[in-house]
Amino acid sequence: MTATVRRVAAYLLLTGLSLVVLVPFAWMLSSSLKLDNEVFSVPIRWIPSEFHWDNFTRIWDRIPLLTYLRNSAFLSITITFLQVLTGSFAAYGFAKVRFPGRDALFLAYIATIAVPWQAYMVPQYVIMQKAGLVNTHLSLILLQAFSAFGVFLMRQYYLTIPDELSEAARLDGLSEYGIWARIILPLSKPALASLALLTFVNTWNDYMGPFIYLTDNNLWTIQLGLRSFVGLYDAEYAMIMTGSVLSVLPILVIFLLGQKYFVQGIATSGMK
Amino acid sequence: MAGQTVEQAAATLTAPARVRPRRRRSSTWVGWTFILPNFLGFATLTLVPVIASLALSFLDWDSYSSPRWVGLANFERMIHNETFWTALRNTAYYAVGHVPLTLVAALGFAVLLNRKLRAVRFFRTALFFPYITSLVAVAVVWNMLLSPDLGPVNQFLRAIGIDNPPGWTTSTAWAMPAVIMASVWRDLGYYMILYLAGLQTIPAELYEAAQVDGASGWQRFWHITVPSLRPTTFFVLIMLTISSFKVFDLVQVMTEGGPGRATLVLSQVIFREGITQGRFGYSSAISMVLFVIVLTVTLIQFRLQRRSER
Repeated sequence: MTATVRRVAAYLLLTGLSLVVLVPFAWMLSSSLKLDNEVFSVPIRWIPSEFHWDNFTRIWDRIPLLTYLRNSAFLSITITFLQVLTGSFAAYGFAKVRFPGRDALFLAYIATIAVPWQAYMVPQYVIMQKAGLVNTHLSLILLQAFSAFGVFLMRQYYLTIPDELSEAARLDGLSEYGIWARIILPLSKPALASLALLTFVNTWNDYMGPFIYLTDNNLWTIQLGLRSFVGLYDAEYAMIMTGSVLSVLPILVIFLLGQKYFVQGIATSGMK
Repeated sequence: MAGQTVEQAAATLTAPARVRPRRRRSSTWVGWTFILPNFLGFATLTLVPVIASLALSFLDWDSYSSPRWVGLANFERMIHNETFWTALRNTAYYAVGHVPLTLVAALGFAVLLNRKLRAVRFFRTALFFPYITSLVAVAVVWNMLLSPDLGPVNQFLRAIGIDNPPGWTTSTAWAMPAVIMASVWRDLGYYMILYLAGLQTIPAELYEAAQVDGASGWQRFWHITVPSLRPTTFFVLIMLTISSFKVFDLVQVMTEGGPGRATLVLSQVIFREGITQGRFGYSSAISMVLFVIVLTVTLIQFRLQRRSER
């Protein structure tokens, strides 16, 4: 086999496989612009006979989509901000300051990453219940703002920044907090971006957290809203797909803007 | 690490004895102030619950009455409970399907994408996107695609001559395969990126040397790529196994554990018993089993990894 033939074969294979992977999205998008009775037409019609863009305006009246999106945005932004802030701050302590007990403490962080969440979600729930925080946004914020994973990811990155830099700053009379804010933070922009994007996407997409903690419809996130819409109106296929497109859209935009940071974040956390 | 220890030792030797304790105390204080904001939240809401979970499994407690020590009664009840065994079997079934399929798909795509093709970035993006799409949207779309009568998947199967395509999520036999299929589709992009990172660490000279020696493409894959990726594969295996045993959202939204109990998994039982029914002790006992399984599988994989390194 010559190199060109191989190259063409690889292209064909990749194109075919990528199409298979993308088919569900294409179908979702195409169905979101159809009438309900056209979604399951035989044979499949990939391009709607008529584009029903009004699905995208009508859905706002059908379910409180704006409330859901606002709740999701509020939770995602708050949690991301707190996680990046406390995570990078703690990571500095773990990576750049030496003190007794530090490594044992860090081990506790790592160990909990390996414990499945289901194994401690009940005690967490009890604590929240006793604190009277069930059915509030605060419960989710508290649960997700202090992740061990965030500390881990930031620390891994800080370890790649040479200690000589902070040593030099120390000699120049900068305090540890000053070093964190003026030297380490600016240098770790890629890691901060990775953590921020991963956290945002995870929070936006989180289903189980809101599912357990939020009962009040006004507090629901887009995922809960979409799920309940499906349960209530399961024959409104087109509308359900319209809602799905709207729930995925913000993620698509964020993903396209910060693609390389996603890859970096995964590679950093994966390679130890 | 070694460098740090030497530095520390040198500091100990050279610093005057009087100054050293004071410096250490002050850096302890500084270190703690950095960690404290995160640690307070982490300790109350993760560390304490992890430890409490173990204690809870020996108690009989709902949210109203006061806790009562019952020893191993929760565990005893569990092993006589058929729902528990069904969920355990289903979780294992899911893992056995999900882990190898995702691994092979991720590795395959990574190898294909690890060459200098023009549209590599587009393919990478396309394949990664399902991973960051919300599970609810994924589950909803797949449920429709797999709809038994008019769904596109069965339409396609009929078109290629399969007259009696499976009922997927409405059939007890096919619901789990359907869930596994959707989960592989969703997860492969993430593991593909881990593999791509691993592939980039393999020196090109290895392949060039093998080519000079006349090794075929398959031989090069089998004798260079696979062994060089062993650390990545090890990590991928552990992550995949852990995540398989924790599966919840996808099952909850796609099938709610049904039809019947065909896709009921352990984390759903924990959720139902603990949060819906308020049986904290019993549900914690099941979590302990889940935890021990995950730990055991991870430790076995560690062992195997170490043995193969020797």
